[in-house]
Amino acid sequence: MQLSRDELLKAYTTMRTIREFEERLHVEFATGEIPGFVHLYAGEEASGVGVCMHLDDRDRIASTHRGHGHCIAKGCDVDGMMAEIYGRKDGLCAGKGGSMHIADLDKGMMGANGIVGGGPPLICGAGLAAKQLGTGGVAIAFVGDGGSNQGTTFESLNLASVWNLPCIFVIENNGYAESTSSKWSIACDDAADRASGFNMPGVVIDGHDFFAVYEAAGEAIKRAREGGGPSLLECKLNRYYGHFEGDAQTYRGPDEVKKLRESRDCLAMFRERVTEAGLLDASDLDAIDSEAEAQIDGAVAKAKVAPPPTAADLLTDVYVSY
Amino acid sequence: MARTATYQQAINEALAQEMERDETVVVMGEDVAGGLGTDGERDAWGGPLGITKGLYGKYGDRVMDTPISESAFIGAAVGAATAGLRPVAELMFIDFMGVCFDQIFNQAAKFRYMFGGKAETPVVIRTMYGAGLRAAAQHSQCLYPVFTHIPGLKVVTPATPYDAKGLLIQAIRDNDPVIFCEHKGLYTLEGDVPEEPYALPFGEANIVREGDDVSIVTLGRMVHVADEAASALANDGIECEIVDLRTTSPLDEDTVIETVENTGRLVVLDEAHPRCNMATDIAAMVCEKAFDSLKGPIKQVTAPHTPVPFSDTLEDLYIPDAAAVQKAVKAVMESSK
Repeated sequence: MQLSRDELLKAYTTMRTIREFEERLHVEFATGEIPGFVHLYAGEEASGVGVCMHLDDRDRIASTHRGHGHCIAKGCDVDGMMAEIYGRKDGLCAGKGGSMHIADLDKGMMGANGIVGGGPPLICGAGLAAKQLGTGGVAIAFVGDGGSNQGTTFESLNLASVWNLPCIFVIENNGYAESTSSKWSIACDDAADRASGFNMPGVVIDGHDFFAVYEAAGEAIKRAREGGGPSLLECKLNRYYGHFEGDAQTYRGPDEVKKLRESRDCLAMFRERVTEAGLLDASDLDAIDSEAEAQIDGAVAKAKVAPPPTAADLLTDVYVSY
Repeated sequence: MARTATYQQAINEALAQEMERDETVVVMGEDVAGGLGTDGERDAWGGPLGITKGLYGKYGDRVMDTPISESAFIGAAVGAATAGLRPVAELMFIDFMGVCFDQIFNQAAKFRYMFGGKAETPVVIRTMYGAGLRAAAQHSQCLYPVFTHIPGLKVVTPATPYDAKGLLIQAIRDNDPVIFCEHKGLYTLEGDVPEEPYALPFGEANIVREGDDVSIVTLGRMVHVADEAASALANDGIECEIVDLRTTSPLDEDTVIETVENTGRLVVLDEAHPRCNMATDIAAMVCEKAFDSLKGPIKQVTAPHTPVPFSDTLEDLYIPDAAAVQKAVKAVMESSK
């Protein structure tokens, strides 16, 4: 699949924005100013962006506890997200959701989700609605390797296949469900192997390679849009930080992350590929790096001084009717 | 003369009329049509008790059989509700909430609040509950208090065919997630049911019998048990006022307080287990808000704190009956002289 210059710039911008967002959160969280806990997506950007580049506002995604990257890739407002993570009233969810529940239904983002395996059933519903209402939309469930072992995921794969829904299940296998290796916790060689049991294509992808994700996702999404039914994609990738911020990660090998950053970084791989092919200049990418940094600086600065919710906000938004 | 129908027919008619009115209303669940993929009849079952029978013939693909995968299809109903459909999902027995509860209480119930007031999830989960069919411990429970506990859910427990139709139509038109609890012992009950569609508002209890001596606050099938007891008590000169809550969330506190102010005596009757049920909830609320109106202690009549037994001998002992209600009413009268 050939990407235009604008599309390449958009892909890099989105990945770089996510990276900047997450690296900055890593720093800011350590100051103690951010309430609760956060799970960072740094290192996994090629997956969320490679998939979401094919989507528009009629398409739905459901995310995981590690959801910031999916939110940005699906078009959520970065300032609103940062304010939300700081628990501010003008956050994307009015400060009532936080990192694990960022959502923007107008953008087709059905929410990060604090429940591992919570998203796939919801995506069956979004796919069903798209099919029944004839919107042409597709629905994507992002699931971690941990979530891939949940019964909800298996049930949803089966239901999506039985109902022939325009759904794509993207397993982001970053090697660890919290501190437990996916090599141990997934009984088959690849989680994608399970697709055959549900009569759908299953594809293993190098999740560090934006172009590989983009291509495989494009095929699956095209197939779903044309009524061809669901697919399962497994992106093998890595996270640069712990399960949550503050995780000492003693389950990881020495220099594991350092080596990954040096050899399998999705941003560096993208940069090398497009500059060597003469598709973009290094200066284009450098400019995006600076813009992303400035954007996140601004988002953090605004979030820090934004007002918190008021006492009255505690009791609103429980029901539509009262 | 008013048209009569059964509780079951009333539910079927509400579904059919709403599907006719609004094409985004879809019905899904295990065997809600039935016969899918077989060589036999399509629409073979219409649900295990035939509640949805005939809908498939009228509305085709908007009546969707599902695999036995409650997490997936209840979750799908929830997800679809955020994306433009108004699904009515059938959770065959309320006892099966255990295999799909996350999608109900962590997803559907939370979206609106968690997403800052920007989500609407107009899903209805119809489910049958209650003891009396010798269905034993995993098919007989009254678990509406569990749902009532969860902010973001509305919980409906119709006691009559008239209420079943009007409250189900309201549930389908409502923009919040609704757990619609149908007592399986009421499906064959007949009553007046207007043919035209009508919606009954949530949070408005129904005074089904007026009296000045003792208030009995109850819900679901127990409304009829209370009425049987009240008729017997009337022969002894005790006039009971019966309040049917109709919905446990929202809860009509005003009507409960008004009846207590009128009679000064309260019996709360609930088929659920005794801890953290509607009886305890109402009793606590009345103690807090209308204590001065009480002439004596409140009595609670509930099932015992045991699973629902199978043997008919045991199950008949388990379910609160009119004799237990009469005894409680007389005890309240005695302690408030």
